[in-house]
Amino acid sequence: MLRYSLKRLLSLVISLAVASLVIFFVIEVAPGDPASFMLGINAQPDTVAALRSELGLDQSKVERYLSWVGGMLQGDFGTSYTYRSPVSTMVADRLWVSLPLAIYALALSTLIAFPAGIYAAARRGKAGDMAVMGATQLGVAVPNFWFAMMLVLIFAINLRWFGAGGFPGWDKGVWAGIHALTLPAIALALPQAAILARVMRSALLDILGEDFMRTARAKGLSRRQALWRHGVRNALIPVLTIIGLQFSFLLAGSIIIEQVFYLPGLGRLVFQAISSRDLIVVESVVMLLVFAVITVNFLVDLAYAAVDPRLRSRT
Amino acid sequence: MQFLPFKRGIVSALALSAGLFATQVMAQGDITVALQLEPPHLDPTSAAAGAIDSVLYSNVFEGLTRFASDGAIIPGLAESWEISEDGLEYTFKLHSGVTFHDGTAMDAEDVKFSLDRARAEDSVNAQKALFADIADVTVIDPTTVKVTLSKQNGNLLFNLAWGDAVIVAPESIENIKQMPIGTGAFKFAGWVQGDKIDLVKNPDYWGTPATLDAATFKFISDPTAAFAAVMAEDVDVFAGFPAPENLPQFDADPRFQVLRGSSEGETILSTNNKMPPFDNVKVRKALAHAIDRQAIIDGAMFGLGTPIGTHFAPHNPDYVDLTGNSAYDPEMSKALLAEAGFPDGFETTLKLPPPSYARRGGEIIAAQLAQVGIKAEISNLEWAQWLEQVFKGKDYGLTIVSHTEPFDIGIYARPDYYFQYDNPDFQALMETLNGTTDPAKRSELLATAQTTISEDYVNGYLFQLAFPTVANAKVQGLWENAPTQATDLTGVSWAE
Repeated sequence: MLRYSLKRLLSLVISLAVASLVIFFVIEVAPGDPASFMLGINAQPDTVAALRSELGLDQSKVERYLSWVGGMLQGDFGTSYTYRSPVSTMVADRLWVSLPLAIYALALSTLIAFPAGIYAAARRGKAGDMAVMGATQLGVAVPNFWFAMMLVLIFAINLRWFGAGGFPGWDKGVWAGIHALTLPAIALALPQAAILARVMRSALLDILGEDFMRTARAKGLSRRQALWRHGVRNALIPVLTIIGLQFSFLLAGSIIIEQVFYLPGLGRLVFQAISSRDLIVVESVVMLLVFAVITVNFLVDLAYAAVDPRLRSRT
Repeated sequence: MQFLPFKRGIVSALALSAGLFATQVMAQGDITVALQLEPPHLDPTSAAAGAIDSVLYSNVFEGLTRFASDGAIIPGLAESWEISEDGLEYTFKLHSGVTFHDGTAMDAEDVKFSLDRARAEDSVNAQKALFADIADVTVIDPTTVKVTLSKQNGNLLFNLAWGDAVIVAPESIENIKQMPIGTGAFKFAGWVQGDKIDLVKNPDYWGTPATLDAATFKFISDPTAAFAAVMAEDVDVFAGFPAPENLPQFDADPRFQVLRGSSEGETILSTNNKMPPFDNVKVRKALAHAIDRQAIIDGAMFGLGTPIGTHFAPHNPDYVDLTGNSAYDPEMSKALLAEAGFPDGFETTLKLPPPSYARRGGEIIAAQLAQVGIKAEISNLEWAQWLEQVFKGKDYGLTIVSHTEPFDIGIYARPDYYFQYDNPDFQALMETLNGTTDPAKRSELLATAQTTISEDYVNGYLFQLAFPTVANAKVQGLWENAPTQATDLTGVSWAE
């Protein structure tokens, strides 16, 4: 068990090291100089040179890579070229929006997808199944920013139940924060819920054909009891895999939704940093996301073990 | 965006019904202003980002002189000045009793510090050229400061009005990027990065105090989100509204007012004057006659924008209308091309930065050029790439860009500037202009300058970029035009 953990840890360190190399050099290769971007088209060459040396951009790539990695090992993610504030505090501020949004969206998506998927599986081939499948087909096909714009038109501009976007900050109260995140969370959750419901349904249908389900029925359980007690639980494995992937996606991939709702989240930070060639911010945020995805995957592995005792004994 | 027409249909339907709902009551002392771009940091003296000035100019930071809403230069922190006979010494008399927001006094030492910092060797001021002719800044007494020039400069008072020349204090310079301390009618109160900047009224302001108690700047970059935010009345003012196609809808809605102001942005088809065949003036002239400006303004900007025939803002009193030099005439264009040795046209590149005037305008221009046989291959670039390839590398044939700095005809006197126009006569003319302070003489020189670059067809002069502002109908005192990138709230109030 210890040997296994050490091996796993070593592979984790190696993948992080490789990731840092790839991230740094791929982003550095992209054309564009942060200093000339900041100083614009009237600046004189000597001014740009002065700023480059102030930012440490006149050092070689290898030097800058080593100081970046060295800093990260000590918990220092560097200082943004344009904002001139520490990347770690910037990311922490943005996470207070992005993380609750991702959790909110994931909770909504699970709350919608589970009943819908189970319902569809239980009614396989009947009208209810058809309706759920049709709706999820639409949900998978339609992009989330379109949902977002529709939600804004209906609930913000017309009904005035919500603001069209923005985030008041948690210091204005938990309820105000949740209220502001509701439309974006729904917009993010709907396509995810559609995918998740389809996975839930097909996983359940696979299980329902298994021998042990027939045995469960034979020993006297009703269809419904067998479905809940043996079916759903076994179907959770593929569903959890998807949820894990979806969480990573929601955390890193809500760039467009954050634009539509002008939320001060992580996605918007990355978007701005990329367009202004704030390389250190892009590199550090991508690195953090890689770290987060690896951690989420690890947690998903643990969750597998929790729902499936066989995996526990095997390790 | 193929769903746009459908979306617009729904929007109009909803807009009709939106009128039925009661508008919310607003705290009349506060205002929420939306801008498209967020400042990267809050020091106007060390970055080119116009967004910094859009939030802070005149509100938080002030210079010795300043721009009025009509573009005129009026006294700022300097209440008056005297210019020596030879035009080399400017003695500024400062307002007394001015304090920075941290309570420290603003005096001649701060002026010296600010100007010396901007023109220093290791200065990172994006407009360092503004200060190039300053030889020395001397403190005479706490409210008097003398600026000595190395040579005459008729632009000095104008240069000192820029956001890049505002007065800052040595006590607060270290944290200025996060915590700007100025002398203005509003104090900086907080910044949630990615979201908003809060300002509050400065009760100790030396001049006429602001009417508003507080102002919030919000940053909404997506045009659809901008539309929704105004429609839902989440914001009171959107300065520089990014979607001109939506303006008629706001016109029709009594809740809003639309200001169609002008900016300092000369939008031009920049031409690489050193790259064959553009080094031939006949080819550049052919290019100019191949372009139908009005079609570009209508197609790319939904009718917003004023045609220009030279690199000068039409609202400037010294503007000369030279659009006739480059009237739309494809036949003449073809004839000129044949004369220049290109009867069948030629191929070139058209590199487009992200703004919609460039991307939309580029498509139309490429189509118009194709009519006379010039095949322009379009490539879309991000700003950083554009700076690298076009601006620095000069690796381009044509590009479209809006030059938003006020009064920037001087860039045509820089032979190494990216469009590489090298005309010694023009350079001498600019030199003379800089040394001239007499207004009538200056007007005359400026007319010559405008005519020279127009008749040399240096670039394709397209249109002056409009500056549309959408605001709640009850907001008054907003700047209609943008003589510099500023959202001056010092005179803004709510009606009633």
